[in-house]
Amino acid sequence: MILHELIDFGTLRVIWWALLGVLLIGFAMTDGFDMGTGALLPFVARNDTERRVVINTVGPVWEGNQVWFILGGGAIFAAWPPLYAISFSGFYMAMFIVLAAFIVRPVAFKYRSKRQSSTWRSVWDWALFAGGAVPALIFGVAVGNVLRGVPFRLNDFLMPTYEGSFFGLLNPFALLVGLTSLAMLTMHGAAWINLKTEGLIQSRARRFGTRAGVVAMAGYALAGLWLTMMPGYHFTHAVAVDGPSNPLFNGVAHGGSWLAAYADRPWIIVAPIMGFVGMAMALRGLQSGGEATTLLWSKLGILGVISSVGLTMFPFILPSSVDPDSSLTVWDSSSSHMTLFIMLVAAVFFMPIILAYTAWVYKVLWGKVTEEQIKTSGETLY
Amino acid sequence: MEFDVVELSRLQFALTALYHFLFVPLTLGLSIIVAIMETVYVMTGRPIWRQMTKFWGSLFGINFVLGVATGVTMEFQFGMNWAYYSHYVGDVFGAPLALEGMMAFFLEATFVGLFFFGWDKLSRVQHLVVAWLVAIGSNFSALWILIANGWMQNPVGAEFNPMTMRMEMTNFFEVIFNEVAQAKFVHTVSAGYVTASIFVLGVSSWYLLKGRHVELARRSITIASSFGLASALSVVVLGDESGYDAGMNQKMKLAAIEAMWETEPAPASFTLVGIPDQEARETHYAIHVPYVMGLIGTRSLDTEIPGIEQLVEEAEERVRSGLIAYDALMTIQAEREKTSDTVKATFEEHSDDLGYAFLLLRYLDDPRQATDAQIAQAAEDTVPTVWPLFWGFRIMVGLGFSFIAVLGYFFYRASFKGMQFPRWALRLAVVVIPAPWIAAEMGWIVAEFGRQPWTVDGILPTAMSVSNLSAGQLLLTIAGFSLFYSVLFIVEMGLMLKYIRKGPVQDEEITDKWMEKHSHRLRTHDGNVPGATPAE
Repeated sequence: MILHELIDFGTLRVIWWALLGVLLIGFAMTDGFDMGTGALLPFVARNDTERRVVINTVGPVWEGNQVWFILGGGAIFAAWPPLYAISFSGFYMAMFIVLAAFIVRPVAFKYRSKRQSSTWRSVWDWALFAGGAVPALIFGVAVGNVLRGVPFRLNDFLMPTYEGSFFGLLNPFALLVGLTSLAMLTMHGAAWINLKTEGLIQSRARRFGTRAGVVAMAGYALAGLWLTMMPGYHFTHAVAVDGPSNPLFNGVAHGGSWLAAYADRPWIIVAPIMGFVGMAMALRGLQSGGEATTLLWSKLGILGVISSVGLTMFPFILPSSVDPDSSLTVWDSSSSHMTLFIMLVAAVFFMPIILAYTAWVYKVLWGKVTEEQIKTSGETLY
Repeated sequence: MEFDVVELSRLQFALTALYHFLFVPLTLGLSIIVAIMETVYVMTGRPIWRQMTKFWGSLFGINFVLGVATGVTMEFQFGMNWAYYSHYVGDVFGAPLALEGMMAFFLEATFVGLFFFGWDKLSRVQHLVVAWLVAIGSNFSALWILIANGWMQNPVGAEFNPMTMRMEMTNFFEVIFNEVAQAKFVHTVSAGYVTASIFVLGVSSWYLLKGRHVELARRSITIASSFGLASALSVVVLGDESGYDAGMNQKMKLAAIEAMWETEPAPASFTLVGIPDQEARETHYAIHVPYVMGLIGTRSLDTEIPGIEQLVEEAEERVRSGLIAYDALMTIQAEREKTSDTVKATFEEHSDDLGYAFLLLRYLDDPRQATDAQIAQAAEDTVPTVWPLFWGFRIMVGLGFSFIAVLGYFFYRASFKGMQFPRWALRLAVVVIPAPWIAAEMGWIVAEFGRQPWTVDGILPTAMSVSNLSAGQLLLTIAGFSLFYSVLFIVEMGLMLKYIRKGPVQDEEITDKWMEKHSHRLRTHDGNVPGATPAE
C-alpha cells in the first residue's frame, strides 16, 4: 500500500499535532463545562431541588462529552505512542486520581437520585464536586509541568524511566497553571449553568462565574509573565521532519525562552489574544446576562488558552528536564507514516458525522431546566 | 516480602479487566433486547412493550454506567502500567482503540442520554432509532477492542522497525480482518447476548414465581429465550472457530487448554476431565474422548496437533534464532544509517524471532551472553500454567452447553406450550442468572492467561512490557481500585435489586388512551369487556 504517501510524513505529523489539540480543546469545551458545573454545584445550588436542576443541565450530555477525554487518550496512544507511554506512566499517581474522578463521576450522575436518603444524595453530590474540580486542577498542573520539562530519560530500547515523584509535580508554577485551569473551567461551567437555568441558580452562577473568570484571566497573565523568566527548550541541530520516530536521534538543549517562539512565528500571538478576549467577553456576558453568546465567548477563551500552550511549545510535545535529548517532539515521536495516514482518513470521515449528531442531540435538548420540571418529572430525570 | 512489579501489574490488569467485563456482556446484549422490545412497541403501538422497553432500559442504564466508568481505566491503564508495551506496539494497537472511540464510544454515549431523557422530546420512530444507535455503538465498541485484542493473540500486518525500536503497521486490512479477531468478536458479542437473555429470563421467571407483572414477564421470556437460544448456538459455533484459529496460530495455548504434554498421533483425543500436573508433565485420572481434539483443532483426521514438549523444543530453536536478530539489532543501533547490508539482511531473516531473545532479559542484561541452561529455561517459560486454562475452558464450555439446554427448554415452552412454565423451570432460571458471568470471566482467563508469557504472542514478553514503577505505587493503586470497585459493586447490586423488586412503572395515561381506542377489539366472545389485562 503506497496510498499513504499521498501526504508526506512531516505534514501528517503537523496535522496530527493539530488534531491532538482539537481533541484536547474539544474535551475542554464540552466536558469542561461538566467539570465546571460539578465544581460549582455546592455554590450555586442550596437544596435538593436546586441541585437536581444543576445536575440535570448536564445529565443527558456528560456521557458524550466524556468521550472526548477517552478519545483523547486513544488518539494519543495511536498517533503519539511515546507521549502516551511516558506521560501516563510518569504522572502515575496523578493519573490514578484523574481516573478515580472519571470513574466516580458517571456513577454519581446516574445513581444520585435513585434513592431518597439525604445522606446518600449528599455523598454523591460531593463526588460530583470532587469529580469535576480535581481533574480540572490536575490537567492544569500537568500542563505546567510539561512547560517546565518532565524528569524522564530513554534508554537505547526507548524504555522510559521517570525520575520525579508525585509531590514533585506540585511546584509553584504548575500549581498556578492548575489554578488557572480550574478557574477557567469553572467560568465555563458557570456560562453553561447561566444558559440552562433561570432565577436564583442562574444569578448565583453569574456571580461565582465572574469571580472564577477574573482568577482565570489573572492566572493566565501571570503564567505568561512567569514564562519570560523560565528557560524553554530548543533543538541544538536541525532535524529531518520526516525522519524515523526515535527521540534519541535529535539534539535538544534546555535554555533560552519558550517565548522566543513569538519572535520566530509572530502570528501565534493570535492565540493568547483569543484567550484574553474570549474570557473577557465571557465575563462581560455573565455580567450583562447574555446566554448562548456567553458560552460561545467562553469557548473561544478556552480555544485561545489551550492553543497558545501548544503553539508556544511547537514542535516540542514533552520536553525532558533531566535528559533534554530524550525530549519528545512533533518530528520524532509520532506513529508511522501509514498509521497516521489511516487514522487521518478515519478522522476526516467520522469527526464531521460525530459533530453533526452531537449538534442534533444538543438541539433536541435545547431549553432551560426548571424546578417545575424537576418536581413533576418523577424518575425520568436524575 | 518481595513484590514483583510485573506480577503486580498483571494482577492489577486482571482485576480491572475482569471487573470491567462484569458489565460489558450485559450491556452488549441488553442494549439489543431493549431495542427489539422498542421495535415491537413502535410496530404494534401496544403500551406494554413501551413499559418493557422502559423497565429493561432502566436496568440497562444502571449497568451501562459502570461499564463506562470502568472502561476509562482500561483505556488509560496501558500507558500507566504498560508503558513499554504502549511504545512498542502503539503504532498498531492504538489505531483500533482510537477508531473505537470515533466509531463506537461517541455513538453510544451521545445517544444513551437521549434514550433516557428523550421520551417526551422525540417522536416514536426517532426514539427507536436512538435505541438502535446505542445498541449498535455498544456492539461496534466490542468489534474494535477485539480487533486490538486479536492482534495481541495473532500479530499480523505489522513488522519490527529497528530504527524506531517498535512494531509498525504494514497492512491495516490484515489487522482488521485478522481471523482471530473476527472469530473472537462474534463469540464475545454472542456471549453477551446469552448473558442478557439469561438475565432477562431469570428476572422474568422470578416475577412469574411471585405472580407479579405476569404480562411483562411472559413477553420478556419469549424475546429472551428466542434471541438467547440463537445466540447460545452461535457462541458454541464461534467458540469452535476460535479453537480452530488457536490450533493454527497459538499452538501453545491450545496444548495448554488440553493439557496435552506430548504430541499424540492424529487425530488427537479430547481430555474430558483430569488433573494436570505441571511438574510431572502429565494429566492424572484423565478421561479421553477419541478423535474429538483432532477434529476441533485441525478439522481433519490426519493433521497432528503438537504437544507442549514439542513446542518447547521449537521455542528453543526460536530463542537461538532470536539471539542472532538481537545481535544484529545491537549493530544497527550503534551504526544507524551506516549499517552494512549483510547485517540488515541477517536481521530481516531472524527478526520474527526477536521476541524470543527478549525472554532472556529476565535472567541477564545481555541475552547474547546466555548459557545453554538459560536458553532452555527461556524456552520453558513459554509454557503457561496449565491448570487454570484446563479448568477454565471446561467450566466455560460446560456452562455454554447448559445455556443451550435452559434457553432451548424455555423457547419450546414459550412457542409450543402456550407460555406455561413449570415452577421448577422458573426456579432453575433464577438460580442460573450468575452462570453466564462465570462463563464470560472464564473465557477471559482462557484467552488472556493462555497468552502468557507474552503480551503480544511471540513478539513481546509480558515481563518486558511494564512501566518503570515501584511496587509501592502499584500496591497503592491496586488497593485503591479494589476498595473503589468493591464499594461500586455493592452500590450497583443494591440498586439493581431495588429496581427489580420495584418492577415496571405503568404509564397510566398512555395505557388508558390506548385502551379507549382499542376497546372494541378487546371485547371477548361473550361481549364482556375484559378489565383485568390492560393493554396487552
